[in-house]
Amino acid sequence: MSVSQGNMTAGSSERLQLGDLGPRYFRLGVITAIVGVGLAILLGIFTLDSIDRFFRAYVFAFSTILAICLGGLFFTILQHLTRAGWSVTVRRIAEALAWNLTWIWILFVPILAAVWMSHIYHWMHPEGDMLLEHKAGYFFFPLHYDSQVPIFWLVRAVIFFAVWAMLARFFVNNSAAQDKSGDPAITSKMQWWAPLSMFAFAFTLSFASFDWIMSLEAHWFSTIFPVYFFAASACGFFATTIVVIYLLQRAGRIENEVTLEHYQDLGKLLFAFGVVFWAYIAFSQFMLLWYANIPETTGWYITRMSGGWAWVSLLLLVGHFGLPFLALLTKHTKRAKPILASIAGWLLVMHAVDMYWLVMPTMPESTLYEASTLAAFRAEATNEMLGFTPHLLDIALLVGLVGLLAAGTVQRLTKCSLIPERDPRLHEALAFENM
Amino acid sequence: MTTLPTTAPQSTTAKSDPIPDRYLYGVMAEFTTPAQIMKAAEKVRDAGYRWWDCHTPFPVHGLDKAMGIKPTILPILAFLGGLTGVVLGLLLEVFTNATGFEFWLVVPIRGYEFLVSGKPFHSYPAFIPVIFELTILMAASAVFFGMLIFNKLPTFYHPVFKSQRFSRVTDDRFFLVIESRDPKFSRQKTRALLEELDPVSMEELES
Repeated sequence: MSVSQGNMTAGSSERLQLGDLGPRYFRLGVITAIVGVGLAILLGIFTLDSIDRFFRAYVFAFSTILAICLGGLFFTILQHLTRAGWSVTVRRIAEALAWNLTWIWILFVPILAAVWMSHIYHWMHPEGDMLLEHKAGYFFFPLHYDSQVPIFWLVRAVIFFAVWAMLARFFVNNSAAQDKSGDPAITSKMQWWAPLSMFAFAFTLSFASFDWIMSLEAHWFSTIFPVYFFAASACGFFATTIVVIYLLQRAGRIENEVTLEHYQDLGKLLFAFGVVFWAYIAFSQFMLLWYANIPETTGWYITRMSGGWAWVSLLLLVGHFGLPFLALLTKHTKRAKPILASIAGWLLVMHAVDMYWLVMPTMPESTLYEASTLAAFRAEATNEMLGFTPHLLDIALLVGLVGLLAAGTVQRLTKCSLIPERDPRLHEALAFENM
Repeated sequence: MTTLPTTAPQSTTAKSDPIPDRYLYGVMAEFTTPAQIMKAAEKVRDAGYRWWDCHTPFPVHGLDKAMGIKPTILPILAFLGGLTGVVLGLLLEVFTNATGFEFWLVVPIRGYEFLVSGKPFHSYPAFIPVIFELTILMAASAVFFGMLIFNKLPTFYHPVFKSQRFSRVTDDRFFLVIESRDPKFSRQKTRALLEELDPVSMEELES
């Protein structure tokens, strides 16, 4: 009897560890990263005539994975902020994704290179452009733009990465420490810091999205832009979490700890944040700019509604909102693991398309302001001018960075149990029921 | 601090003459724990009763299943309500912005082409907020009023309120009531069934 019990506990603790899957997936992630990024660089060298195109693709791939990691940080902080019990067994996935924020600053180096080596951040060259000259302080303060050193922008970037790394370290390390000590005071400590952390998170995410993504079109501005990026990051995060949990359970891990109830709730959050909230914010931004119809703000949307981008916009409308909305409306799809995981996988693809749609289009400003009508603009603007030049390189780079993200996440998951084993609210999550 | 009486006052019906069959609403059994009422509900469900209900101080997880209650159709109603909202909103906006057709409601009613900041008369992006709000309104109304109707609310009188013991349903007691209109109901057999479930008290309710 005692022998079989011993086996049972050994078996159950194995199911709570990645075990031999860890090194295997880590290797797979690293190989994917090397192959993806290597292929992208080779394609860049041999097929591109301008380095700008490569850097733009890089900003796209970087924002896609950054959004997912930030979503993980958001979810982790939110659970402590609301003192949630139901989510304890799925929190480790969010923590592992957030952990990537401790090293993701390395991936920012190519963006620094892009600032000096390419023209994609055209606020670097404001000479003669009255609007950009006025905005230069946001990037170059306290220097003059002639210096070509955007100090204020750089300092902000350092602050963002420092804050994210600190928050991720604080919440992940404390949660891991609780596995060993079982001390409920650790939970209290994290809860005490959660509100301030949430403020810091909101502030840094907002300005990071201004600085790195919105500034790609330096003339254009939208105050709701960070909320849009936040909605996208929540979508990417919840979709990733559902897929990761599904894969872990397929591999025989955390089968009893994460129940259908958790799937249903993650499905609800994916539906609420990733589908409805995303569409709500996307439309809020579009509606105001479209209605006001002011030349310097509508160009951003005209670009995205012309040429090949019109089809991408339509794809997002249907694929990121319409179909997932109908698919996730009923609880039956949210409670069927393979179906929910497929929808989450689809939304993950849509998240990448969304980032592509956000980053890649270029506004052909002179053509835009010279054209007398919308039809005249559309007749004149080619897909090259609009930045609609899909290339294998984009996918290779994205796959490469996703490989890195996977490797980093797996690396973190091997270091501790797949669920916070001694969290004081673990029993709430295990007994959690929706109905 | 006031102290609760350890035993609730005896119901008046228990002492007085038995309730005639035609005024009998049902039989009520009182339990002290969620586990007890759960087990009782399963037994009553398996005995094949249809007109009966459980009353608890708080939602007991799994009681729906133990009682064999079918899933509610309220979500479908919400979806249909939302769909009605979409169609209504769209029709409203298309009609009020069109001059092509009119109908009579005491006076002829026709849309008016109102030019707003140079937009086309039928600007679907501008229609979306109204459609959205109507969708929410209709879906929420369908759920709210559907819930009231399905639950036969508002109900101003219910026979269980005659029982003094029943007042503890908002505190710490769990009640199971089998109604006399149930086709399987028989005064003796139903009482015997409830007796088996080991309730702390049992009472007949006057309708």
